[in-house]
Amino acid sequence: MTTTETSTTIDGAATPDPWRGFETGPWTESVDLRDFILRNYTPYEGDASFLAGATEKTQRVWETLEKEYLSVERERRVYDVDVDTPADVDAFPAGYISSDDDVIVGLQTDVPLKRAMMPSGGWRMVETAIREAGKEPNPAVKEIFTKYRKTHNDGVFDIYTPRIRAARSSHIITGLPDAYGRGRIIGDYRRVALYGVDFLIAEKTKDKDAVADQPFSEHWARYREEHSEQIKALKKLKNLGAQYGFDLGRPAATAQEAVQWTYFGYLASVKSQDGAAMSIGRLSGFFDAYFERDLAEGTITESDAQEMIDALVIKLRIVRFLRTIDYDQIFSGDPYWATWSDGGLGEDGRTLVTKTSFRLLQTLRNLGPAPEPNITIFWDETLPDGYKEFCAAISIETSAIQYESDEQIRERWGDDAAIACCVSPMKVGKQMQFFGARVNAAKALLYAMNGGRDEVSGKQIVTGYEGVQGDGPLDFDDVWNRYERMLDWVVGTYVEALNIIHYSHDKYAYEAMEMALHDSEIIRTMGCGIAGLSIVADSLAAIKYAKVTPVRDETGLIVDYVTEGDFPTYGNDDDKADDIAATIVHTIMQKIKAIPMYRDAIPTQSVLTITSNVVYGKATGSFPSGHEAGTPFAPGANPENGADTHGMVASMMSVGKLDYNDALDGISLTNTITPAGLGRTKEEQVGNLVGILDSGFVPQD
Amino acid sequence: MTICEATPTTGADGASGDQGFEAPVGRAAGAGLVGLELSDADRSEKFARMRAGELGSVHSWELVTAVDGPGTRMTIFLSGCPLRCLYCHNPDTMAMRNGEPVEASELLLRIKRYRRIFKNSGGGITLSGGEVLMQPAFAATLLRGAKEMGIHTTIDTSGFLGAACTDEMLADIDLVLLDVKSGDPETYRKVTGRALEPTLKFGRRLAEFGTEIWLRFVLVPGLTDDPANVETIAEYAATLPTVSRVEVLPFHQMGKDKWESLGIPYELGDTQPPTNAEVDRVRDQFRAKGLTVY
Ligand code: SF4
Repeated sequence: MTTTETSTTIDGAATPDPWRGFETGPWTESVDLRDFILRNYTPYEGDASFLAGATEKTQRVWETLEKEYLSVERERRVYDVDVDTPADVDAFPAGYISSDDDVIVGLQTDVPLKRAMMPSGGWRMVETAIREAGKEPNPAVKEIFTKYRKTHNDGVFDIYTPRIRAARSSHIITGLPDAYGRGRIIGDYRRVALYGVDFLIAEKTKDKDAVADQPFSEHWARYREEHSEQIKALKKLKNLGAQYGFDLGRPAATAQEAVQWTYFGYLASVKSQDGAAMSIGRLSGFFDAYFERDLAEGTITESDAQEMIDALVIKLRIVRFLRTIDYDQIFSGDPYWATWSDGGLGEDGRTLVTKTSFRLLQTLRNLGPAPEPNITIFWDETLPDGYKEFCAAISIETSAIQYESDEQIRERWGDDAAIACCVSPMKVGKQMQFFGARVNAAKALLYAMNGGRDEVSGKQIVTGYEGVQGDGPLDFDDVWNRYERMLDWVVGTYVEALNIIHYSHDKYAYEAMEMALHDSEIIRTMGCGIAGLSIVADSLAAIKYAKVTPVRDETGLIVDYVTEGDFPTYGNDDDKADDIAATIVHTIMQKIKAIPMYRDAIPTQSVLTITSNVVYGKATGSFPSGHEAGTPFAPGANPENGADTHGMVASMMSVGKLDYNDALDGISLTNTITPAGLGRTKEEQVGNLVGILDSGFVPQD
Repeated sequence: MTICEATPTTGADGASGDQGFEAPVGRAAGAGLVGLELSDADRSEKFARMRAGELGSVHSWELVTAVDGPGTRMTIFLSGCPLRCLYCHNPDTMAMRNGEPVEASELLLRIKRYRRIFKNSGGGITLSGGEVLMQPAFAATLLRGAKEMGIHTTIDTSGFLGAACTDEMLADIDLVLLDVKSGDPETYRKVTGRALEPTLKFGRRLAEFGTEIWLRFVLVPGLTDDPANVETIAEYAATLPTVSRVEVLPFHQMGKDKWESLGIPYELGDTQPPTNAEVDRVRDQFRAKGLTVY
C-alpha cells in the first residue's frame, strides 16, 4: 500500500473521520476497547484460502534484516549496545531496517538489534551485560546510577530480611525479579490507535484530579504521583510518534495507522522497560475492524493487510534487551515473550476468530517460523473448523504455537483477556500482575526431611524444624506433616520477598508507559509460582506406595534414598499419584493466600515452564522418586522425564486434574510432537492434532 | 491447562526417517498398567474366569495417536503369542504368564473414561499384543463392551489364530490391522516359526465379512525384502477388497535390549534398517497393485 495517502504529518493535513463506518456505543464516551471490538469485528468462519503471501517488499526487508543483522547477532550474541544513552520512550532518534522499511516503522534504538541500557532495575546487571557484550560502560552513566539515582535493586536489598538472603543463597528461592524488570504487564496498546494520545492524557488528568480534594494519605499521594508519571509517559509517546513523522495525538484514521499507532504504544514500552515478559495483548479482532472497513472502502487489498501484519511481526521479532549471560541461562536464551493472544469465544457466544487471526498465523509461513511473537491460541472445541485446522497445520509446519483453554480463561477473566508471558491471563488494560518467578517446591521437601539443612551444602538454612528421625523407611504421614510445616517457612519467606520486590519496583522502576495504557483503578495479582511439582508428587507417591529408606552421610544429612518396590507416578492419568500432585498445589495455594499481599494483590499461582528447570535442578539434591541430584526438573506441570509411560494424552489428563482455582496464573504442559507422530498424511496430522487439543481442553467423563 | 509446544525433534532415528514399526516416536517403552487394579483371584478361579472372558493377561496400556489405527486410541497390549518373530519388538509379551491379571470390567471402566477423547479425535481402542486372539473370550468381552459404548474398535493381529475369532466377535470389530509377515510360506516360517496359510485365510474371511483391513508388512533387509516375497503379498492384498491401506514398516533395532534382558538369543543383532530407496521400492510394489500405501 502507499503510505503517503494515509499517513498524516504533523503539519496537519486534513484526515478523514477516524471512526467513520464504525458502530458507536459506550466506547465513544470513555475508554472501552471490548465494547468497540464486539460492536465492530467480523467473526470469520471460513478457511485460509483468502490469505496473501509475503509481498516483495516484505521479503526484501526480511532478507536485509537476516543478512545484515540477525546473522551477525547469532555469531556474537549481542549485535551492539548503546552505552551512552539510558533508554527512554523518546531517547533515540528514528531508525529503520532499510529504505524499504516504511510499512510499520519504529525501532527500540536507532539501529536494528542495538540494545539499550535500562539501569532503573539495577546498575550491576547493566554493567555486567555491557562487559559481556565486549564493551566498556560509560563512567558518567555509571556515576548517575550508582551515586545519584537509586535503583530497584538497591531498594530491594535495603529491605530484604536475613531469611530471604539465606533462602536466595541456598537457591530454594531463585530467579526473583530483584535485579531486573518484572514485566508481566500488558499495556492496552490498542487505546493509542482508537482514541489517540491527547484523549488518553485528558482522561488520565481527569482521573488524577478526581481525587484532588481528598485528604492526604500515602495511597492518595502514590495515586497522584503515578498518574503524573503516566501523563509524562504519554507525552513522550507523542514525541516518539513525531520522531517518525506521525501525530499520535489524534486517533488512527486508517488500518495502516491503527497498526502503526498500536505498535508505537508497544514500542514505547519496550523502549522504557525490559521486563522479563513484554507481551503485546490481544490485537487481531481490533485490527480486523479497521481492515474490514478499509477493504470495503477499497483503499487497501488483502495483500496490503497481510503486509502490515507481516511488517508488525517483523518488528516484534527484533525486540532486544540487554541481558547478562546468567539471565540467558535462567531463561534458556533471550526470550521477551511478546505474546500475542488470539482465538477464543466472546461471552455472547460468537467466535472471536477473524480474518486477522488467520493473517497472524500466516506470518509464520510468510516469514518462516520464529519463537516471537509467542502466538497463543485460546482453544475451544467450538472454534470454527477452518481456524482449528489452520492452527493445527501451522503448528505442524512450524511448532511455533502455544495453546490455552479458552473456557478456563474466559470464565475467570472475561473475553478480552490476554496472556502475559507464557500462561498468565489478565484482562487487557484492567489488570496487571506482580511477577513472582518460582519457589523450589521440590527442594522444600528435602528441607522438610532434613530439618532445614541444605542437602547440597549441608548448611543449616532454616532453624527450629526437626527432620525425619531414625534410619528406617519413611512414613508418608510423618513426611507430609513435616513438608506442610516447612512450606510455611518457604512460602512465607518467598511471599515476603515478592512483597518487597514489587514495593521497590513500583518506587524505582515504575512502568509509567504501560500503566498509562491501563484504567486508573486496576486489578493486581501476585503471580506466585512453583517448580518441581512432578518430583514432589512422585517422591511422596514413592514414600506412600513403595518402601523408601533414607541414606545419611557421616553428619546425619540425608543425601540419598533407596526406593524399593513400585509406585504410581504423576502423568499417567493415575488418580493415586495425580491426587497427590493436586493436593500439593492446593496446599501451597492455601499457604500463599494466608499472607497479606502488597497493594492488596490477589494471590495466584502458576505451575509453568519458563525453562529455568536446569538452574533449579542444578541446585537440588536427590529424591525418593529416583530423581538424581543436579539434574534438570521437568518443565512446568510436566511429568518427570520418562515417568509418563502411558502416552501424551494420558499426561494431559493428569495435568487436567490440577484444580485451576489453585493455579489461576496458569499451568503449563510442554509436549513435543513430531509431525510424523501425528499421522501419515498432512490431512491426518491436522485432524489428529485438532483431536488432541480438543481432548486436552475438555473435562473428562 | 496449557500446552506449550517446544521445538520438534526430528523424525524417528533410522535410515528411512520414517516411523519405526510398532514402536514409533511418542510411544514409551515398557509402559505399564498404571491406574488398573490387578485381580487377586486364585489360580483355578483365574482359569475359569479367563475362559469366561472376564479376566485377561495384560501387558500394558497406553494412549497413542496415529499409531494403531485412526485418531487417538487406547491400545491394550495382551500377553501371549503363538509366533516367535525374529524381529519381535515386544518379546516380553510372547509368554502369557508375563502378563498381569486384569478384569475386563476394570479395563472397560478405563475405556469409558476416554470416550470423549475417542469421539473428539476419531479414535477408539486397539487390542494388540502379543497376540490378541490368544485370549479370544477376553477380547470378545472388551470389544462388545466398547461397541456398547459406541467406540471404534481395532485389533492388531498376525491372523495366525484367525479361526479363534468368531463371527460374533467379527461383528464387533471395525478395523483389523493384519500383519502379514511374509508372502512366501518358507520365509514366513523362517520369520515366525509358523505357517502362513492361517493368516491368508483369515484375511479372506475378513474381506468376505466386509471388515476394513490395514495390511502391515515389516521390511527386514536380508529376511523379508526379496522382491518376489513382497510381490506375493502385494498380489494377495490386491485380492482383498476391504484393504484400505498398506503400511510398510521399516525394521528398526527397537526390541534388541528387551531380547537381551530376557536372555533369549536375538538373531537380527547385525541387521541394518532398510534404506529409503529399499522402502520406496517395496511401497511401489504395493502401489503398482493400485493400493494406498504408506
Ligand atoms: S506376532 Fe507380534 S508379538 Fe508375536 S512374536 Fe510376532 S512380533 Fe512378537
